[in-house]
Amino acid sequence: MTTVDTTRAVATGRAAGGRRPRPARIALHAVLIAVLLVMLYPLAWLIATSFKPADEVIASLKLLPSHLEWSNYSTALDGVNEVSVGRLLWNSLLIAGGAVLGNVISCSLAAYAFARLRFRMRGPLFAFMIATIMLPHHAVLIPQYIVFNQLGMVNTYWPMILPKFLATDAFFVFLIVQFMRSLPRELEEAARIDGCGPFRSFFSVILPLTRPALITTAIFTFIWTWNDFFTQLIYLFEPEKFTLTLALRSFVDASSQSAFGPMFAMSVFALLPIVLFFLAFQRFLVEGMANSGLKG
Amino acid sequence: MTATATRPQPAPASAGRTGKRPPKREREGAAWVFLSPWVLGACVLTLLPMAVSLYLSFTNYDMFNDPSWVGFRNYVQMFTEDPRFWRSVTSTLTYVVIAVPLQLALALAVAIALKSVKRGKGFYRSAFYAPSLLGASMSVALVWRAIFNDGGTVDNLLSWFGLDIGGWVNKPGWALVAVALLTVWQFGAPMVIFLAGLQQIPGELYEAAAMDGAGWWRQFRSITLPMLSPVLFFNLVLQTIQAFQVFTPAFAVSGGKGGPADSTLFYTLYLYDRGFTASHMGYASAMAWVLLVAIGIVTAVLFRTSRSWVFYANDDNEGAR
Repeated sequence: MTTVDTTRAVATGRAAGGRRPRPARIALHAVLIAVLLVMLYPLAWLIATSFKPADEVIASLKLLPSHLEWSNYSTALDGVNEVSVGRLLWNSLLIAGGAVLGNVISCSLAAYAFARLRFRMRGPLFAFMIATIMLPHHAVLIPQYIVFNQLGMVNTYWPMILPKFLATDAFFVFLIVQFMRSLPRELEEAARIDGCGPFRSFFSVILPLTRPALITTAIFTFIWTWNDFFTQLIYLFEPEKFTLTLALRSFVDASSQSAFGPMFAMSVFALLPIVLFFLAFQRFLVEGMANSGLKG
Repeated sequence: MTATATRPQPAPASAGRTGKRPPKREREGAAWVFLSPWVLGACVLTLLPMAVSLYLSFTNYDMFNDPSWVGFRNYVQMFTEDPRFWRSVTSTLTYVVIAVPLQLALALAVAIALKSVKRGKGFYRSAFYAPSLLGASMSVALVWRAIFNDGGTVDNLLSWFGLDIGGWVNKPGWALVAVALLTVWQFGAPMVIFLAGLQQIPGELYEAAAMDGAGWWRQFRSITLPMLSPVLFFNLVLQTIQAFQVFTPAFAVSGGKGGPADSTLFYTLYLYDRGFTASHMGYASAMAWVLLVAIGIVTAVLFRTSRSWVFYANDDNEGAR
């Protein structure tokens, strides 16, 4: 509400004092577009290179390939270490999907308690939860590894998924808490008069209204888990279990430039789900990011 | 909103408050049910591991034999006998000092430019934000390595201007800059936060300043910066902490080795190398604790200095929550 009002105030204020002159506006757009082009260059380069024949990758300075080399993609589809891209993609989806489910459930539960319920030690526990956002992952990495090793879970997907069901991504708890706090309290008062306990009230009143924050949580979890390299590098070692991200790693060691085409074709596969998610949900992502900062 | 409007008068609500409210203990119990996954995670996956890694940092441990107590040996070795440790500290700090200010400056500049844009604002905002989602991926890190390699785009572009640096990823000083630029490239996330902050600044402030004859720079210095300082501080803390833990780009750019000449051997990369490649889990645990303490100190220093430059316009508003 206030955001809209202030921007409108700025707009009218400027209109009253005379609009920004036309050449200045065009110059501003020119600068922004120039910055944008530089920023998008690496992505254009990625797509162009994924279609380049092997001899053009280094020899040619042109961004665009002379012809589209589809064989890069068919080579990439064969996968690495005799594991097909389909399998790698499925593995990536499995981990990301499990993580999304875990985070949405566990983080919304914890967030509801912090946002709406009263309990002893709420203040200190909330402060502790916030502090864990800043906690470097590496401080707990080795003992976690030892624990998962003892449980026989190394080289399975549990180390990537199980922690999400225990709300270890405190950032999302915080995000949902902030969202829930902005919901009018009268809703639950009303629900309580109608005889709803905290559980009914959570599932039938609060949770449906929290949907935007849950979607933001889901998409960010998906993308971050999808991109996560470090955890997968540590826990997975059998090529059958590799994800797309991890499979790309084998190209890191082999630096021969003849493999550039297939390698970047595979990179395109790895980025595609993120790009699609971004295009579909950009509003949730951008708004979610904007709000996380403001209310912090 | 509509639900609240159609609700009956508050009178029955207060009646209900005394009548139907469940006993206090029951509600407290409900809270703990909701909290239970988080509590379990905090204990088993955060607190306990922290304690265990603190213990392990005083031992020699290779995952196969029982840990053997060595006292402060790991820490002494780290600080006095391990040149690679110091190289990892230097390269990480250099990276943080280059990447974070550049990234935030660019984010702020673009946010200010975008604020006055009317047509296409949403498009620009999304387009600038996109790299923040893609930048952490292995795919983009591999692109980065190719673009900054010998004969890559940057090499060609610079030799066109008569600068023959060669491939940045093979030159000790420059490889680090290439990784830092990958972080700068992801300025979209802090930019979106800046933009949201800018839109909260009341327009009357600028109108009043303009009436008093304050120019663009004066308005920026006296209105934008102070009003935006809480957001700037938030971004600074967040990006600094994240930068200390960067791993994937350095891993990809250096082929997993931290080269050339350990110049991109970031702290996390060296920690991984000690713990998981060399199986010195005790030593790696000690490194993890040094990182934890270092990030704690940096955050504390940032908070301490923030008192002199972060300006909270409406503290009372905060209190109401």
